[in-house]
Amino acid sequence: MKLTPLTVFAGLYLLVLYAPIALLPLFAFNDGTVIAFPLQGFTLQWFAALLDTPALHEATLNSLIIAVSTSVFATILGLFAARAATRYNFPAKGGIVGFIMLPLVLPEVIVAISLLIVLMQLGLDSGTWSIIAGHTLICTPFAIAILQGSFSNMDRSLEEAAVDLGETPWSTFRLITLPLVTPGIIASLLICFTISLDEFIIAFFLSGNEPTLPVYLWGQLRFPARLPVVMALGTILVILSVLLLVLAETFRRRGLKRAGLKDTGGFL
Amino acid sequence: MRSEAGKGLTLISPTLVYALLLLAAPLVSIVLLSFWTQNFLTIERVFTTGNYAEALTDPLYRELMLRSLRISGMVTLLTVALAFPVAYYISFHVRPDRKSLWLFLITIPFWTSYLIRVFLWRVILAYDGPVNSGLMAVGLIDEPLSWILYNANAVVITLAHAFAPFAILPIFVSLEKIDRSLLEASRDLGESKAMTFLRVTLPLAMPGVLAAVLIVFIPTVGDYVTPRLVGGSGGTMIANMIYAQIFDLNDRPMGATLAVLAMMIVAMVLLWGISRLRFWLWLADRAGGGVKGMAVALAAALAEIVALRALFVLGPALLVAGAGVIVLLALATAGSILIFLRLPKGRWGI
Amino acid sequence: MSQTNGPTLAKGQPIITLEGVQKYYGDYHALRGISAEIRAGEFFSLLGPSGCGKTTLLRAIAGFEDISGGVIRLDGRDMEGVPPNRRPTNMVFQSYAIFPHMSVAENVGFGLRRSSMSSDEKRRAVAEALEMVGLGKFGARAAHALSGGQRQRVALARALILKPKVLLLDEPLSALDKKMREVMQVELIKLQREVGITFILVTHDQEEALVMSDRIAVMFEGEIAQLDDPETLYRRPNSRRVAEFIGMMNFLPARVLPTGPGGGRIALEVAGLGPAEIEAAQCPNGANVGEAEIGVRPESLTVLYEGQGAEGGREAEGTVKEVVYYGDMTYYDILLDGAPAPVRVSMRNMPGRRVLDYGARARLAWDPRAMVLFC
Repeated sequence: MKLTPLTVFAGLYLLVLYAPIALLPLFAFNDGTVIAFPLQGFTLQWFAALLDTPALHEATLNSLIIAVSTSVFATILGLFAARAATRYNFPAKGGIVGFIMLPLVLPEVIVAISLLIVLMQLGLDSGTWSIIAGHTLICTPFAIAILQGSFSNMDRSLEEAAVDLGETPWSTFRLITLPLVTPGIIASLLICFTISLDEFIIAFFLSGNEPTLPVYLWGQLRFPARLPVVMALGTILVILSVLLLVLAETFRRRGLKRAGLKDTGGFL
Repeated sequence: MRSEAGKGLTLISPTLVYALLLLAAPLVSIVLLSFWTQNFLTIERVFTTGNYAEALTDPLYRELMLRSLRISGMVTLLTVALAFPVAYYISFHVRPDRKSLWLFLITIPFWTSYLIRVFLWRVILAYDGPVNSGLMAVGLIDEPLSWILYNANAVVITLAHAFAPFAILPIFVSLEKIDRSLLEASRDLGESKAMTFLRVTLPLAMPGVLAAVLIVFIPTVGDYVTPRLVGGSGGTMIANMIYAQIFDLNDRPMGATLAVLAMMIVAMVLLWGISRLRFWLWLADRAGGGVKGMAVALAAALAEIVALRALFVLGPALLVAGAGVIVLLALATAGSILIFLRLPKGRWGI
Repeated sequence: MSQTNGPTLAKGQPIITLEGVQKYYGDYHALRGISAEIRAGEFFSLLGPSGCGKTTLLRAIAGFEDISGGVIRLDGRDMEGVPPNRRPTNMVFQSYAIFPHMSVAENVGFGLRRSSMSSDEKRRAVAEALEMVGLGKFGARAAHALSGGQRQRVALARALILKPKVLLLDEPLSALDKKMREVMQVELIKLQREVGITFILVTHDQEEALVMSDRIAVMFEGEIAQLDDPETLYRRPNSRRVAEFIGMMNFLPARVLPTGPGGGRIALEVAGLGPAEIEAAQCPNGANVGEAEIGVRPESLTVLYEGQGAEGGREAEGTVKEVVYYGDMTYYDILLDGAPAPVRVSMRNMPGRRVLDYGARARLAWDPRAMVLFC
């Protein structure tokens, strides 16, 4: 590869992009209570401390419940919308789809406080279910974007061919459509899971006294003594996210290959 | 057999109903709430525009709002300016089979814990952090820089880092769409590489740049975490105030008002910016294009910006304070809408 | 599965009857009253430029488009409201629609899922179908690893395995390169003769239609302009538009002269050629006396070389305006004396036959029997 200024710039850009994440493991394994250089030595004590923090375990369980539910709901809602958007023409289609995709650009604070205020006005307690509802709202656009890709990659005459060969619309969906969009569905589940696991603002506004993992983390950031533990937790989370993403990307590519198509870019 | 439209609407209805219930209804209700007041814990359901008058006149709110716009504007500028060369590099210089790997590498940091990434910037920019110790080690500075943490600069740096992938992807997509033979045609017709970039590549990439601007500017105005963690008191933004109103000061209607105002102001600013861009590009064409056209358009742009700035500084004092701001915003918006209605989309796709 | 493999109709009986078939897309009138009979066992083509409604008609027969008016009768049964999966038709799609997640054998056997055959019988049927299209050893292949020609064959085998009454082919050869297309044309004809199933082919390629079909319906703007066998279509196009679409034709202004009663002939005065008489049968409804237009194919005009004479003295003279050399053929554009525009003449190049030069004078022989009057 030639070393042009552009190549150097792109390389530096990637470096800066990854710099903060690269620091995580440094401090997670650093044998010192202060998050600063120089490093003190290697230790696993911060990871060990994660094990005997019951509040953390509760938050993790909470987050998992929320992330799993969110990914399922958002993917189902995404399936409906993506199928409708790629297959049919209907009045005000652009407006309807645009409105559903709105949370993609709306500041999360706006979504969070509007949900919170409705809950307060209705006199309902916020909690796990309301976070699931909020996360489903913001994850659905991502699910739609991914699934729309899967649906539109599929030649429409494939479904017609199945009907022509004697299958009913429903069995066509089961035998042809579903298998061909399955990689997309899995990618959507994984992405929604990751987003929900990571989401802070909505969870922060709506969590009440059942914190999620990021909300728990937020609370810990105030105590300098807890920071190394936070770093250890962060390391685990980052590794987990990257694993999930690699998995999602693998499924997305497998889907493309299955549909006999060339790769044309990332998820978004 | 039912009609296609019927089937499509039926199919999308679950998602649509969900979005109506959890997005439209809550948004409507905060608009409603913004016209009410709160007396300790009870909401007074009497229509009043008092919240808006207060939000628009109180210097604190105005300062926060303007600062949020300023910070977001700088973040957007920085992000897009840095993202363009990278998107260009991936689109034009990376082997086709490596492109998706590059995109994947660029998106990964975006998907990893936002909270932790922001917090790490606090570590990086800290008094005894790697930036300061590094710069001191190589002898560029004698004592740690104090202007890089707990102020607006830190917020800009951190947000620009967090939103980098958002800017790269749309620009990359629009660059990928450019038919490579157009560039060859330009070279064939005698243009240099640089001029081909300016006359062909850049104009064709403008829709992507615009999308990048929108996708970075809108969410960053409402960011809460970054100003809280690295902004200090000088870097506080409107979202922090909204949070404080609701949770600390127990004034939900004021929180709602600020949220509604923030959304409206962002919309107006974008409307203004995009309509003026269309207008200035049109003006440049009308003035004969080329360097002369650019100069005319630039002059018009500067003149309007200076005039608006003066009006916003002096205006509220001249008119009745709150009403003055509203009149100014309404005028600017009306002008924008007029431009959108009268001027067709230009060659640059704007 | 609905395909009832009842006794096939005797060859030549109508298997599909179209009666005033209409289709609207909103305001757009895609099919404007199509009436035709398609006979059992024939190779029938729908030919026309893109947007003429030929694919819409095919998809209406398959059941993918609801028609807005008229009747489609298949084997005597009205198809109104019968979904595609219950029609005794099968389709070869333009994109072939090979299921990418299945093997070749799974693709071919797809339609047998609901049949009452044992799995052994099914396997045999698939093997036979693959053998029939020359893909005997390809059953285990992944579908997405096939070439264009192979996909085409898989699509054929998949559709034919159900022994449909009618096989519908939507531009099946358009995705293939020229060589492969010619190979598949011959194979399709052979295959059709072998299985004896009615084929309906949609194509925009007139040559393909002429080569393959027993009968061709030429369509323009949602209407059938002419329905005939290839030879009649080529020799006696019923309108200038059809003539222009199929092959190459020269058009010359002509005047229809008044004739005596019961002549059985129409007398003409053709610009550049002179007086001619043609059979009155060309215009069953009679020809209007006055201005008209005749058409004559390039190969029906002959360049006369020195010393050659035309039979019956039907000669014309003109100047060579363009010479296009094709190797086996040479095309001349010759401006006949008294004609408004040049006519194109095609001549086979033979040893000893000189190619005329640009600007040379040329004599042409012509035959009124090859002349078409558009009445």
